[in-house]
Amino acid sequence: MAASLLSIAPSGIPEPLLRAQSTTGKFLLMFFAVAVFAIVFGLVLLLASRFKGRNGEKAQGALFAAPAVLLLAVGLMYPAILTVIQSLRGKKGDGSFSLSNYAAMFTQPELLIVLRNTALWVILVPFLATGIGLLYAILIDRARGEAFAKALIFLPMAISMVGASIIWKFVYQYKQTERPQIGLLNQILKWFGLETQNFLLDAPLNTLMLIVVMVWIQAGFAMTILSAAIKAIPDDIIEAAHLDGVYGVKMFRFITLPSIRAALVVVLTTIGIGTLKVFDIVRTMTAGQFKTSVVANEFYNQSFRYDAAGLGAALAVLLFVLVIPIVAYNIVQMRKEA
Amino acid sequence: MAHTSHRRTAMAFASIVAVSLSVAGCGSSDDGGDTTADAGAKSTIDCAPYKTFGELKGKEVSVYTSITAPEDAPHIASYKPFEDCTGIKIKYEGSKEFEAQLPVRVKGGNAPDIAYLPQPGLLKTMVETGKVIPAPPETVANVDKNMPDWKNYGTVDGKFYAAALGANVKSFVWYSPSAFKDKGYEIPKTWDELMTLTEKIATDNPDAKPWCAGIESGDATGWPATDWVEDVMLRTAGADVYDKWTNHEIPFNDPQVATALAEVGKILKNPKYVNGGFGDVKTIASTSFQDAGQPILDDGGCYMHRQASFYAANWPEGTKVAEDGDVWAFYLPAKDDSTHPVLGGGEFVAAFADRPEVKAFQTYLSSVEWANERAKTCGSGGCVTANKNADASLLKNPVDKLSAEQLTDKSATFRFDASDLMPGAVGSGTFWKGMTNWITGQDDKATLDYIENSWPKS
Repeated sequence: MAASLLSIAPSGIPEPLLRAQSTTGKFLLMFFAVAVFAIVFGLVLLLASRFKGRNGEKAQGALFAAPAVLLLAVGLMYPAILTVIQSLRGKKGDGSFSLSNYAAMFTQPELLIVLRNTALWVILVPFLATGIGLLYAILIDRARGEAFAKALIFLPMAISMVGASIIWKFVYQYKQTERPQIGLLNQILKWFGLETQNFLLDAPLNTLMLIVVMVWIQAGFAMTILSAAIKAIPDDIIEAAHLDGVYGVKMFRFITLPSIRAALVVVLTTIGIGTLKVFDIVRTMTAGQFKTSVVANEFYNQSFRYDAAGLGAALAVLLFVLVIPIVAYNIVQMRKEA
Repeated sequence: MAHTSHRRTAMAFASIVAVSLSVAGCGSSDDGGDTTADAGAKSTIDCAPYKTFGELKGKEVSVYTSITAPEDAPHIASYKPFEDCTGIKIKYEGSKEFEAQLPVRVKGGNAPDIAYLPQPGLLKTMVETGKVIPAPPETVANVDKNMPDWKNYGTVDGKFYAAALGANVKSFVWYSPSAFKDKGYEIPKTWDELMTLTEKIATDNPDAKPWCAGIESGDATGWPATDWVEDVMLRTAGADVYDKWTNHEIPFNDPQVATALAEVGKILKNPKYVNGGFGDVKTIASTSFQDAGQPILDDGGCYMHRQASFYAANWPEGTKVAEDGDVWAFYLPAKDDSTHPVLGGGEFVAAFADRPEVKAFQTYLSSVEWANERAKTCGSGGCVTANKNADASLLKNPVDKLSAEQLTDKSATFRFDASDLMPGAVGSGTFWKGMTNWITGQDDKATLDYIENSWPKS
C-alpha cells in the first residue's frame, strides 16, 4: 500500500487517485476533489476579504468570477477553438487549411439530406411541442382532475431519450399484415383493415415519425411552464376583460397570449436548442439510416466511425453557429423582462 | 457438462473478484505476489516460454475488447494458466462501444496495454497513430508456426504488429435439416444447384420464401449485405481479383464487382426469393441481423439464411444446433468442385505498451496452449481460433467443429472479410451505407459509383 501511494505522478496527484477504478479508490478521488474545491474556495474568500472600498469591490468581483472563467476557458473555449481549427484542416482534421469540409457539407447529397432533416426537426418540434403544450394547458386549466391530467402529459419528460426511443421503436414495429403484430400502430392499422406500414424505412415519413417522439417528450415541458404562466395572469386583468365582453378565442388572443409571451419565448427557444442537438432518438431508432440522419448524429459518425474528424468538426461548428442566434435572442428577451 | 461450465464460470468470477479486490486494497502487491507464486507450480501449461521475459510476478496487463458479458467469462477463464505461471494479473475490460472508444482512448493517452481489434483496417488506423508496438520476436515465432496465413493481416507497411486471436467462418447457409428432409431438398454442392434449389423452394412453397435476410445492426447497419457481396465476389471473380478489389487495385465499380453485386441481387432483390417471414425486399434493411434467420424455425417462414458461424448464438434457448438438430449450416457452395473459397473474420491482438509482461501475454495468446485452453474453457461456442496447430478435438460445440473443418481444409482458400480490410471510411462507412441504400431501392451502378467515389484519395 505504502509503495503504491508513494509513487506520485508528475502532476503531484498520487498515482492511484488518477487511475481510480475500485470503489474505494473512487471514493478517495471524490473526497480529494471535494477537498481541492474547498481549498480553492477558501483561498478565493480569503483573498477577497483583503480588498476593501469601491475599487476593492471590483477586485472582489473579478476574484469570484476567476475560477468560473478559468474553467470555462479550459473546458469550453479551448476545445471550441480547437474544433474550429480542426474543421478547417481537411477531412481528417490534420491536413492543410482549406474550406473543403464546409464545401462538402453543402454539396454532398447525403450531407444535404442531413441538413434538410435538421431543418425539418428545428421547424416542426418547437412549434408542435409548444402548440400542443399550450393547447393542453388551456384546456385543462381549472378543469376537474387537473393535477392528474398534467401528470399524464408530463410523465414522458421523466423518461430518458433513449428509453422513449426504445418504447416508440416498439410502437412502430413492422410485421407483415397477415402475421401477428408487435407494434401498436400497425395493430391499429390492421384493426381498420389497412396494410401495415414500415414506418421507419420510407423517407421522408420516417423523419416525421422520429419527430413525433421528440414532440411527445417535449410537450409536457411546454405544458408545465405555460400552465404556470397562465396561472400567473392576475385575476383583475381577466375580470376586466370579462367585463368588456371578451371571452373564448378573443380572450386567448388579446389577454392570455400577450401575458405569457415571455414564457412562450423561453419554451420555444429551449426546445429549439434541444432539438438542434437531437442525437439520442435518431441513433437509437434508425442510427441515421434510411435518410434520417441529423447534424449531431452525422457529427458523431464522421468523427468516431468514418475517421473524418475534420468533417465532423465542421458539422459541430455548424451546430454551434445555428444555436448562437437562438441563444442571443433568448438573452435579449430575458434582459427586456428584467 | 452443465456442471463443469458452472464451475468454470465460478472460477472466472473468482478471478474477477480477485483482481478487483487486489485493486481495492491499493495493490498490497507483496501478499498477492506470494500466493500467485505458490500457484505457479500448479499451472496446467508449460511455463518455460514465459521465463525469458524476466520477473513478472505482481505485474498487471490491461485488456480492452468488444467482447462483453456473457461471452467474456470464458475468455477470462482461458488466461488462468498464464496467470498461474507468471503471477501476472490480466485486467479485462469489455465495451460495446469499443470501436468508437478505442481511438478516443489512444489519442487521449489512455490506451489499454492490449486491445483485441476486430478489423485489420482498424489496426492500420491505430498503427498510423504511432502508438502500436510491434509484436515481440517470441510472438512472431508463434505466428509463423501456428497461423502463417493470418500473418499478412496483422502486418502494416511490412512490420508485423498483431497476431490473430479468434476466428470465424462467414461462408455458411443456415437451414433446417428437418424441413429439408420433409421436402426432399438436397444440400446444394455448386452455385447453380443453389440457384435451382432457390427457384424450386419458391415454386413449391407459395406461402414461404427460400431466403430470409436482415442487415439492421444499429449504426453498423449494412454489414451483413457486404458479407454477401464478398462471398459472391470470391465465387464469381476468384480470390486474386478479390485481393485487388480489397486493395483498390481495381476500382470499386469495376465490371467484375458489378457482376458479383448483380448475382447477389438475383437473390436479395428478387421479391419471389426474399424476405421470408418479414415481408418484401425492403424489410431486409429494417430487420435486425439477430432476428433475420429466425423464420427458418417457423413454418411459412424461410428455408435458408446466409450468415457467419457466430449466428449460432442467436438461436432461441433450447434450439438444437446440429446436423440432426433443429438448425444446421451448410457451406455456401462455390461455382464448382474445383474451388473452395472460405470467407472469414477474426480479432487481432494489438499492444500499446512496451513492457515485458505485455509481450509475455501476447506470446501466450499466440500459443497452442492458449488456443487449447480457449477450447477447453469454451462457454456456448465461438471458440475457434486462428491457430491451426490447436487440438481440434477439444472443441465441443458442433458449429465450432464445422468452422474449424472449413478453416483447416487443405483445399480451402481463406480470405478475410474485405470490408474489414478496406479503409474505415469505406469498410465500416460507405460500403455499409451503400448496401443499405441498395436494398432500399438504389440501383447497382449508383451504389458502386457512390462507394468508389468515397474511397479516400491519398
